[in-house]
Amino acid sequence: MRSLRYILPLLAFLVLAGFLARGLNLDPREVPSPLIGKPAPSFALTRLDDPALTFKRDDMLGKVWMLNVWASWCVACREEHPLLVEFSKRGLVPLYGLNYKDKRPEGQGWLARFGNPYQASLFDDDGRVGIDFGVYGVPETFLIDKQGVIRLKHIGPLTPEVIRERIEPMLKKLNA
Amino acid sequence: MHKFLFALIAVCCLARPAFANDAAPLAADPALEARMTRIASELRCLVCQNQTIADSNADLAVDLRRQVREMLRKGDDDAKIIQYMTDRYGDFVLYRPPVKATTLLLWFGPAAMLLLGFGALAVVLRRRARAAANQFEPDDPALFADPHQS
Repeated sequence: MRSLRYILPLLAFLVLAGFLARGLNLDPREVPSPLIGKPAPSFALTRLDDPALTFKRDDMLGKVWMLNVWASWCVACREEHPLLVEFSKRGLVPLYGLNYKDKRPEGQGWLARFGNPYQASLFDDDGRVGIDFGVYGVPETFLIDKQGVIRLKHIGPLTPEVIRERIEPMLKKLNA
Repeated sequence: MHKFLFALIAVCCLARPAFANDAAPLAADPALEARMTRIASELRCLVCQNQTIADSNADLAVDLRRQVREMLRKGDDDAKIIQYMTDRYGDFVLYRPPVKATTLLLWFGPAAMLLLGFGALAVVLRRRARAAANQFEPDDPALFADPHQS
């Protein structure tokens, strides 16, 4: 019974240390999206390369597709960009861009300079579609299934690990 | 020195209104602006997570304030606006998260800890009260043995 006196504080300390260690390793910026498993918000936007062409959510019904939110002012997007270019060459999934709160010439210039991995980029001038997608930290990446339901969201730049461990398995599942 | 201090204070007083105003764009309708601010101060800005949407100057916060303003103008009530935000960003945007199974610990954990603490205190105090007035609980009787006798 007496040894309990010494063991109890030690146990309490270990539990506390365990919680704190877990807390240190969580990323507070990674907020779980309530949109996973919900239909992608409806939108109709013009294309970045051509203001006369409109692109709607329902144009993609029946296809699995990937939406990558980017902007020419976004530093992390540049970091991610070579990976996206390489990924799009593999042709695993149609990749579309959401050009978030950008200016047309700047967005177009950015793609001309660094390469264009997107089938098309949609021009979200005032960021309203971004808000509907719950975007708060560009770049963000969504996977949308054939029914138009959001199945995966990644916040921040993609990495080879994320593509290998999250995107590819999900694509396999959705295309099965 | 006094002159300098006076000048400093004067400068601060003059400068204040300038930076007090730059967070909120001038609104045509002060009542609407006040309602918007009240709602926005319940919402967490996701870019700078320790600020409210009312306080933050981040682009997203500015956009969300615009959104709230527009919804108010359309005649939406507070609940609908809060719902709009949680639909997109989750309960995380609420500074006062709703009470549900996953937030029970968050809401009642501190009170439970306090009760636990009081419970422990009560037990200890009662045990001490039962001991004779001139005694305290020895941790280890061996420590209280007379060293000269050992």
